[in-house]
Amino acid sequence: MTAPLDDTSILPLELTDVSFAAGGNRLIKDVTLRFEPGLKTVMIGPNGAGKSLFLRLCHGLLQPTQGSIRWQQETGAGRHQAMVFQRPVMLRRSVAANIDYALKLRQISRRNRGDIIDRVLHQTGLRRLADQPARVLSIGEQQKLALARAWALEPQVLFLDEPTASLDPAAIHSVEEIIAAIHDAGTRIIMTTHDLGQARRIADEVLFINRGRILEAAPADRFFNAPENDLAQAFLRGELLWWNKGQDNRKQGMPPKGENQ
Amino acid sequence: MTDFSDAFAAAIGLVLGLDTSLTEIVGLSLRVSLTAVAIAAFIGLPVGAAIALFRFPGRFFFVVATNALMGMPPVVVGLIVYLLLSRAGPFGVFGLLFTPTAMIVAQVLLVTPIIAALTRQVIEDLWIEYEEQMRSLGAGPGRAVPALLWDGRFTLITAILAGFGRASAEVGAVMIVGGNIDHVTRVMTTSIALEVSKGNLALALGLGMILLVLSASINAAAYLIQHNTKRWHA
Repeated sequence: MTAPLDDTSILPLELTDVSFAAGGNRLIKDVTLRFEPGLKTVMIGPNGAGKSLFLRLCHGLLQPTQGSIRWQQETGAGRHQAMVFQRPVMLRRSVAANIDYALKLRQISRRNRGDIIDRVLHQTGLRRLADQPARVLSIGEQQKLALARAWALEPQVLFLDEPTASLDPAAIHSVEEIIAAIHDAGTRIIMTTHDLGQARRIADEVLFINRGRILEAAPADRFFNAPENDLAQAFLRGELLWWNKGQDNRKQGMPPKGENQ
Repeated sequence: MTDFSDAFAAAIGLVLGLDTSLTEIVGLSLRVSLTAVAIAAFIGLPVGAAIALFRFPGRFFFVVATNALMGMPPVVVGLIVYLLLSRAGPFGVFGLLFTPTAMIVAQVLLVTPIIAALTRQVIEDLWIEYEEQMRSLGAGPGRAVPALLWDGRFTLITAILAGFGRASAEVGAVMIVGGNIDHVTRVMTTSIALEVSKGNLALALGLGMILLVLSASINAAAYLIQHNTKRWHA
């Protein structure tokens, strides 16, 4: 159940001056960060800030246009990570077969696959759906299946990109419980959300990103009680942050009606 | 008018009575077209998937070529295969001209581009949806091919049926390379053409009815497959 021993740990993950540009726009700007093992990091920020891009860069789905992203243990680092996307992508086969496919890609022997599938389906409450076609499940169930599939791989690091974005409260609750359980079993969690309540519930450590720049990285307590960055303060107060294309001055919106500054 | 009704009645008699010359012709038609489609699927599915997933020099040419070849006139294919298989041609030594094998070769050339082009489209669309998840799980385009073909299976069956429709309905290619020889290379379409010109409307109509039923069943099958599998596609 626990992640492999520390001497084969791929963490820490180190980002040095990482930038990512597409179509001439710099979307991630000069990020230097270090992810140590063990914590749950939640990245928050307004829509379009670069949260999803950032996860994809860390996970290796995109290559930075500048800077470097290094795992302590580079060889085979891909095998020890998994990612859960905002919209789960399920293969057109049964629930159990979806997990089986992921395990097969990691060359887990057929004998062990059955036990692993049983275990993660049990842990995510999907056992009774094992033989259902995955695509007829509700979005909430599919997201749980995506978590089960990721968990089956026993990753050292799990990236989650707004995993509860379009779910109802009950599904959000069970997804958060599963994330906590995966973390307890020894997996480093790095996730994004635009739901401040969720960030408060989950985070040990918060990254605040706006317009591709990490403006604050702090332990959750400190971030929520005394954020240092003025935009982070505004974001926590529930103000709108926006900008116009080509305009460099950052802007803050008016506070919501009826609230005193 | 009585000519037609007589012919129609005779045709029904032939079909219901399982006339031996009729069943022989239908049997050969099915053997040739089904074999051709099986071979074309064996080539077209992986080739279409490869064109969809890999970026290589000349890819643009392949995409345009498969699309263009979908509409290739059967008589032209027949002519090309005729030239290749005739005694003086490069494959003349095998003596394949005017055999069922020659007809299969011609139909493979007709059907492969259809299956490849439709497969490319299906797999390309699927890959847009699956790419990040597959890469995250550790499967690049190469390792993802079997899973993609499997997940596209319902649409791909329709592509294969479209290929079969084309193969069983064409007359130009099999006429040229088969020669419409009685008991050897006579299939439904070629004998309809022949019997009509001979004035033997009963046999022609009988064969025509079978061909129609066949193509209607294929289309019904394609529709039912799509319809019944919507729940899987969600």
